[in-house]
Amino acid sequence: MLIVALSVLLITAIIALELYLHSHLSIEKFGWAFLSRSTWDPVMEEFGALPFLYGTLVTSAIALLIAIPVGLGVAIFLSELAPRRLSDPITFLVELLAAIPSVIYGLIGIFVLVPWMRNVLEPILGTTLGFLPIFQGAPYGVGMLTAGIVLAIMVVPFIVSVSREILLAVPRSQREAILSLGATRWEMVWIAVLPYARSGILGSIFLALARALGETMAVTMVIGNRPEVRASLFEPGYTMASVIANEFTEATSDLYLSALIEIGLVLFAVTIVVNALARLFIYSLSTKRGAVRT
Amino acid sequence: MNTTIPLHRRLTNIVMLSLTGLFTLLTLGILFFILGYITYHGITALDRDFFTKLPKPVGEAGGGMANAILGTIKLLALASLIGIPIGFFGGVYLSEYGKETTIGFLVRFAADLLNGFPSIVMGIFAYILIVLPMKHFSTLAGGFALGIMMIPIALRSTEEFLTLVPASIREAALALGLPEWKMVTFVVIPTAFRGIMTGVMLNIARVAGETAPLLFTAFSNRFWSKGLLEPTASLPVMIYTYAIAPYEDWHRQAWAAGMVLLMLVLVANLIARLVLHRRFFQPGAS
Repeated sequence: MLIVALSVLLITAIIALELYLHSHLSIEKFGWAFLSRSTWDPVMEEFGALPFLYGTLVTSAIALLIAIPVGLGVAIFLSELAPRRLSDPITFLVELLAAIPSVIYGLIGIFVLVPWMRNVLEPILGTTLGFLPIFQGAPYGVGMLTAGIVLAIMVVPFIVSVSREILLAVPRSQREAILSLGATRWEMVWIAVLPYARSGILGSIFLALARALGETMAVTMVIGNRPEVRASLFEPGYTMASVIANEFTEATSDLYLSALIEIGLVLFAVTIVVNALARLFIYSLSTKRGAVRT
Repeated sequence: MNTTIPLHRRLTNIVMLSLTGLFTLLTLGILFFILGYITYHGITALDRDFFTKLPKPVGEAGGGMANAILGTIKLLALASLIGIPIGFFGGVYLSEYGKETTIGFLVRFAADLLNGFPSIVMGIFAYILIVLPMKHFSTLAGGFALGIMMIPIALRSTEEFLTLVPASIREAALALGLPEWKMVTFVVIPTAFRGIMTGVMLNIARVAGETAPLLFTAFSNRFWSKGLLEPTASLPVMIYTYAIAPYEDWHRQAWAAGMVLLMLVLVANLIARLVLHRRFFQPGAS
């Protein structure tokens, strides 16, 4: 059994090693510049990962910008306002959102969200906030904003599920102390409960971020898949995960394949760091069980 | 008492607390919208052909996804064969022998990292390890990718349910003179069996919908796939290819496949909840 347990360590190490070995063609050819070049030309064999890094960062940022307030709001509602009888089933339902396969989010994204973005939200944003460069240009429907919104829906349950347990673990005395000083319910949450739970909440956010960075199918189906760096969120973009999904089977030359694997390596490294941070935040709490469920 | 609190503080209180309720409604609304929309479109699209026929040639209407259904079943069986034993024995080790050890901590940490790896990276891993040497896509490669993805969850859920077994039961077994391995095999594991099986079921339901790791391992196939060494169709990959294709009839079938997958996930989660609930409310009764 020890051997089996150690094999888990081994597998993790082998994954890292294989990714590194198989991307060395591209690493040798482009070096660190791979990360800062924005040409992606399979015909001329010129590869730079900047558009994908950019797309991944932008979509994940949009996702967090939406998912943090919503997720924390839901977690606060479930831990502070809703009675336990209501809170448990609602938590179950919210966690169901995380169980829905990502390809189904993509399906809904293509046929429901994209037309709605094109016809409703993007024109509205364009006319009201169009002076900002991020809301300019033609409303395609597919694009980085749409991908960010799909991602937000997908990561909310991660924030809710972990944050709620952390909030429930905040001692009663914290709440009673500030209430006895005359605080309102909200002030209690804002001044006493949230700061106490800070590191766990940060952990849940990093967990959500890791999920958003690596999400593939739903994003691939709605982002438009164009390897360019554009300021407007309406524009199609491309992410690290989706370029691998789209082009891996088409990679005809060794260098092309190697460049794609290097993108995988970068994605892998980034999610490891983010995940490790999340775990450290959550472990450091050493609260009751359940806090590390994902 | 409220009257002594200034108006703006009371307002903030009401506004912010209502917002949390509103966000909850919004989140639930989105969930029910997705479930409802998929069910509505899925039911109108689902027919007997879907389960019994092969896909028709491109451009022809009709046909089904029988090969993709079988493909998904084969992939899941293979993945379970790889992922569950490793996860199970690893979990037993963590809970029974590696509680406070450094190795235990490292394995747990590695499992959590493995769990967080993007699924597409698992696809690349299986591609390098199996597709490259064999020079073609196969059920084997796809099942391998999914199997690796199952390990961390199998491991952590086994560990968690074994840990829940009360110390009194362990001590009772030891007091009867059982050696430790017998206590674990015949007392602890059977006590936690229902929980562990629930974990397995949820685990299978989770990887059943994975698409990204299959794209360049199991690939796809418009015909039956024999054995384990041919590329195979699978429901999630079919949903993806059909959804982005320009044919009405393919979209219809994508909804049908989406509903089948969604039902699988829902049923697994509901059963898990029922089973676990009974557990928590009647500890010790079995």
